[in-house]
Parts: sequence; structure tokens; C-alpha cells
Amino acid sequence: MNLNFLDFEQPIAELEAKIEELRYVGDDTEVNISEEISRLQEKSKALTESIFANLNAWQISQLARHPQRPYTFDYVNHIFTDFYELHGDRTFADDNAIVGGIARLESKPVMIIGQQKGRDTTEKIRRNFGMPRPEGYRKAMRLMELAERFKLPLLTFIDTPGAYPGIDAEERGQSEAIARNLLVMSQLKTPIICTVIGEGGSGGALAIGVGDRLMMLQYSTYSVISPEGCSSILWKSADNAAEAAEAMGITSKRLKELGLVDQIVPEPLGGAHRDVKSMALNLKNALLENLEYLEGMPLDKLLDQRYQRHMNFGNYNET
Amino acid sequence: MSWLKKIFNTGIRTEGGQKKAVPEGLWTKCAVCNAVLYRAELERNQEVCPKCDHHMRLGGRRRLQHFLDEEPRVEIAMNIEPVDALKFKDQKKYKDRITAAQKSTAEKDALIAMMGNVKGVPLVAAAFEFRFMGGSMGSVVGEKFVRCVDTAIEHNIPFVCFSASGGARMQEALFSLMQMAKTSAALAKLRKRGLPFISVLTDPTMGGVSASLAMLGDINVAEPKALIGFAGPRVIEQTVRQTLPEGFQRSEFLLEHGAVDMIIDRRNMRDDLAGILSALTHQATPV
Repeated sequence: MNLNFLDFEQPIAELEAKIEELRYVGDDTEVNISEEISRLQEKSKALTESIFANLNAWQISQLARHPQRPYTFDYVNHIFTDFYELHGDRTFADDNAIVGGIARLESKPVMIIGQQKGRDTTEKIRRNFGMPRPEGYRKAMRLMELAERFKLPLLTFIDTPGAYPGIDAEERGQSEAIARNLLVMSQLKTPIICTVIGEGGSGGALAIGVGDRLMMLQYSTYSVISPEGCSSILWKSADNAAEAAEAMGITSKRLKELGLVDQIVPEPLGGAHRDVKSMALNLKNALLENLEYLEGMPLDKLLDQRYQRHMNFGNYNET
Repeated sequence: MSWLKKIFNTGIRTEGGQKKAVPEGLWTKCAVCNAVLYRAELERNQEVCPKCDHHMRLGGRRRLQHFLDEEPRVEIAMNIEPVDALKFKDQKKYKDRITAAQKSTAEKDALIAMMGNVKGVPLVAAAFEFRFMGGSMGSVVGEKFVRCVDTAIEHNIPFVCFSASGGARMQEALFSLMQMAKTSAALAKLRKRGLPFISVLTDPTMGGVSASLAMLGDINVAEPKALIGFAGPRVIEQTVRQTLPEGFQRSEFLLEHGAVDMIIDRRNMRDDLAGILSALTHQATPV
């Protein structure tokens, strides 16, 4: 089994392996098999298209957590220039699961905040698997307030399984750290664009997710609890994660239909990790477009709209 | 069927018969000190054990009845009801869960809100009903909370909320997560108007409720020994694979770590909050 491919992608993996094999043979012999290779490549593309046209919520959540999926720093590198990372909450520590700093989008100065996962084992541990502690959220808050003070638009990139459930995190007030960010972001006097780039895990995601625009990459997910967590609570077993994912409607498509997400940023065929460059370009264009719109709005109107946007979330009957 | 099965397959076996000699509900046992308590006396004591001061859970409506002056009381947004917009179904349908919870609690959802006075100090007070789906916060709770804030602003009075909740309501999926943002945004508005918000955290206050409205009090108050935190103790234990320290995530632990301002015995809640609120709003000390 090819680990670069998820289990539902294995038919594609097999075709790709065949193509590689043929290429290897092609180098060795005089026979021209380039025609056969391009035929197989067409077939592989068509197969990928057909598989990706019908992904279910659980498959999408696997894509959102794909080990090769681009993380915040990948987008920082591809989209922005002149990035200066800022560290620490000034109180306790620097949390490596949340990163942020000043950068330029084209020529415009902006503030960036995002959760950061690690690629290899050492970095995964250093980044705590993208699960922030209170000091991470407090660092984020510090950067938000910096952004306000210096009139920098705030761009956040959400990618976390959730806030870290640890003893130390509770001791230092995980709840309060998240809650305070929600309050601060709701009134922050600068445009805020939030983008879910991978996993949007619950309150830990929302803590950098209150803003004027909420975008989701096509194969990212956003949910109140992980499908596994939902399954173990409501089905009393971890085996119903796929059902839970479907029931909660965690995909960009469903959340757009429900009016919770403003915009879906399309991913390249096979997912963001198959072509990081074109993914980054799509995201960059979406950011520029939204930023131009938001910056054209008077600040008081922007804040009114942000408030109203959040007041509109919810379904109820009034008799 | 083997003889062994015949003996063991009767399910949970309880002693029947004799227990019914005492009329049901007349006596209660304290879960902490095991004292046998007279139900009516316990009710008068606001569900606090008179022997060991253990604070048992108190329903939302009764909470407000104990807390507020008898007159005046105006219920806020009492006609908002939940809807199952997602057609959510796990082992049960969400719709059926709503119906069952409404039937067993006689409430429409998990938050009850009133405008009234506490020792003559006018305010808006809201209380979670934990028995309604674990006090979980969905769209109705979020909307009611916002109406409380709006009422407080309209009448220029403070707002007190007693929380008791397992967190966000999973059956409303991302809508419930967004209630965290909604309620926090409303509290930011209340702050801007200079009106006090006192958050009283009661047993239990966890997850999305703790990580939004409940931790955003100008003053955070806890009841003794209430379980308060973000992640549930079982999740933490599974993650860190360590035994949790004694008293972890209890009110006293939170006080020690600086997360709450004070712990107030339920029986002093009226006096103490009236004292604090009157000071914050520059009114005479209530008598």
C-alpha cells in the first residue's frame, strides 16, 4: 500500500505505480511506450476525477488530515513575502502550535496567525500536533491587538484537531484563553479573514476563527467535535466516526449550503497536497479579493456587519 | 438455556419489595456524606446538604426562584424552541431527544431567563437547566442569551448567568459551535455599555460553555466543588495517560489558579451578588 495515498485512493495508487514501472522500462529499452504512458496518465486523471467527485464526509476528513497536506507555514512561504515571526504571550511561554507574525500580501502589510502542525515526528511533538495551549491563544490575542493598533488586516489559518486537553492547559485557563479571543475578535477594529486550511477542530479552531469572512479550502473540515469524539459520545463506540462525520455535516460544501461558510476555495485535483503551488495561488487570490472588499468598507459598518453576522447564526422557532 | 444462564441472565438485579415501605421521594441520601435527608428540608436548603454542605445540582427554574425577589419577575424569550435543521440522527433522532427532554423538564430548552430584582437591585438573570440534554448550548440557548444581553442594555441593568452545561450541543453541529462566538460577541457589546456581567459557574460547566460566556464574567463566581473546565477529565486522562491530581478542575482548583474571583455558598448567593452588583452600579447597599 502506498502511504502517499489514502485507502479510497488505492486504485489511483495502483495506476500510478504502473506508470512508474513503465517509465523505468522505457528508460531501459528502445521500445517507445510513451503513448502507453500518456494513455495511462489520462486514465489516472479520469479515475481521480471520478473518485473525488463523490467523496463522503469521512473521506474528506481524512484528506483534511493528510500527512502531506500543506500547513500554515507552507502558505506563508508561497503566498506572502517579508514574513517576520513573532513569538510568545509575554506571560508564560511561546506555544509552537500557534504561529504568527507580520508579512506582506503583494505589497500590503498584514498580520498572520495560524495553527501549525509538524511534518516529522520531532516537529510534530514540538508543534504538539497542532493543539494549542492557553499561551498559544494568548499569543494570538497579543498579535490581534497589535494588528488593530497598527491597522493591519488580520488573516488567520485554522488547522487544529482542537485545543490541547492537558493538565497544564487546564491549570493555565484553556477555557478563559479561548473565550477571551472570541470576545476580542468580535470587536477588533481591523478586517479579519479566517480560512480553514485543514482541520477545524471545535473551540480550539474558533478561538482564531471569529471574523468578517470565513473561508474553507474545498477538502477541509470544520466541526464542533471530531467525528471520533462524536461517535464515542453519541454511539458509545469509536466505530461510527464515518456516520458521525456525515451527520454533523463537517464539509465545506455542506457548511456553505447551511450559510455558515462564506466561500469555498477550490483545491487542485486530488487535494491541496498534490499541487501546493496552485493551491496557494487559489488561496492568495481569494484573500486579495476579500481583503479589497473589506478594506473598502468604513470601520463602523464593518464591525456592525461582523456583529450581525454572528447574531444570525442559529435555527429556532419562535411562537 | 443452561442452568448458569438462567441464574445470570436476568439483567441488573435489585432488591425489590421492602424498599417501597417508605413513600417515594420523601427522603434523599446525600451522595457525599451519606446522610439521610428529609426531602422538603433539602428543598428549603436549595439542594445543599445541611450536614456536609455538599451542593447538589439545582434546576434552572428553581435556581431563579431561589435567587430572585418574589416580585417582579418577567420571563425573557420564553417562546423560543429548538428546531432540528440538520435532521441529525445518531442512535436516536435529535427531534426525539428534544421531545423527550421537553417532556421530562417541562422546559423548551436548556436556558431559562428572567428580568427581576435581587434584594431590590434590578437585573437580568439566566440559569441553565442541566437536565435538558446536559445543559448543552445550541441555537436556542445562544439566542436566549443574546436576548438577555439586549434586555440588560435596554433597561440599563446588570446581567447574571448561572451556567451548568456539558458544552456545545453536538446535534446542532457547527451551529452550536457558533453560539460560542455569538454569545461572546454579545458580551463584548454589554461590556462596551459599561454594564456588569457576573458569571456563576455551577456543577458542571465544561467545554464550549466554559470556553465562551461562562469565563467572560467581569466577575467569575463558582459554587463550592463544582467541576469546571474545558476538556473533560476522562479525555485528559486518556491524552496524557496520567492520573489527575486530587481536586483537579474543581472550583477550589480554579480559585487557586486564578480563574475565578471567589467561591460562594449557594445559600449566600443572593446576599453576596446583591452586594457586589449594587457596588458596581453605584446603588445603596441592599438590606
